[in-house]
Amino acid sequence: MIGRLLLRDLALLMPGGRRGGALLPLLFFLAVAMIYPFAVGPDAPLLARTGGGVIWVAALLAAILPLDRLVAPDLEEGVFDQLAVRGVAEELAVAVRMLAHWISFAPLLLLAALPAAALLGLEQETLRTVLLGLLAGTPGLAAIGVLIAALTASLRGGAALAGLLLIPLSVPILIFGAGALARPDGGGLAFAAAISLLLVAVTPFAAGAAIRAARES
Amino acid sequence: MQAMLAARDLACRRGERLLFRGLSLSLSPGEACHLAGPNGIGKTSLIRILAGLLRPFHGSVECRASIALLDERHALDPQVPLECALAFWSELDGSGTSLMDAHRERLGLVALADVPVRYLSTGQRKRAALARLLGQRAPVWLLDEPLNGLDTAGTELVETLIAEHRAAGGTCVVASHQPIRLAEAMRLEIADFAA
Repeated sequence: MIGRLLLRDLALLMPGGRRGGALLPLLFFLAVAMIYPFAVGPDAPLLARTGGGVIWVAALLAAILPLDRLVAPDLEEGVFDQLAVRGVAEELAVAVRMLAHWISFAPLLLLAALPAAALLGLEQETLRTVLLGLLAGTPGLAAIGVLIAALTASLRGGAALAGLLLIPLSVPILIFGAGALARPDGGGLAFAAAISLLLVAVTPFAAGAAIRAARES
Repeated sequence: MQAMLAARDLACRRGERLLFRGLSLSLSPGEACHLAGPNGIGKTSLIRILAGLLRPFHGSVECRASIALLDERHALDPQVPLECALAFWSELDGSGTSLMDAHRERLGLVALADVPVRYLSTGQRKRAALARLLGQRAPVWLLDEPLNGLDTAGTELVETLIAEHRAAGGTCVVASHQPIRLAEAMRLEIADFAA
């Protein structure tokens, strides 16, 4: 049953998937990396020094785009209700959704970080730290995304609010993930991964409760 | 005979308003109940309380069998061809393809298999939702306005399906403001329990 749920979620969320628009976050991410050199000018050392941070900011901003597709359509269509009468807990449905969301954006984001790093002229060492940081941080970003999507799904104008909520909540991941660029001892990466793990563990329960609460409204 | 679905002393509050109170209900296999009343009286809320999706303000619901729910939200992905949208639920419910084919045939959905759900008419969507309901093979049916959007033939088909379901030992709660023919069904006017 978990496999069937995951297949449906992937078919909806993957690039080229049925809910559409899954490539937009990646193109947005690349676009941000592309306009940054235009904004600061052709100063290669400055770009190489600040480029890692720009990639992180671009990744956070790109994570905002898919939020309105994650939970709200299923809530409106009554999919969670139908799963509930079949005894499928909201927590399980949300955990599967979180995994599908991560699969649909994180690996491609890591790939897109390569051309972005080339545009910014990042050193190989910096690129390695950025990629490891994103690998550690994206599960947490996926968890925050699903959590916020569930919390705002039943609100009018929830999409705009969701974007506003994601930024402060993702600050801890950003501080430690991007902070690893300044202190290359691996401590930042470990912290980013720890925060990710915590978020992944908490999100199914919090988002499941949010979906149940949305029914009462 | 033991009740398949029993509700005791239910009260429902939506916002600051008490919709109904002191409502009890008990259905044995083969029995059906028609919830009647004007819009906004609490029919949908009662169906959702019976389905366990809404917590009653007071009282309790006991159900001894699995539940199938049909309401105005059909839970069929709009972008997906009808066949795939139904296949998701039939695979979750473990109903075989031959069974689903028979249901689709009966509901007149065969020609629509490749049509994305968002292009279907209201009545066609309701028929698709009925196919999902039949595929679930649950003994307790909770139907919220099952006749909405259906033509005369569709209405008769729903009445026949309910009769067959009851003959096979199932129970059925139908909320409808339209007249629906249910043989020997009890009729519950929610207005009688209005607070």
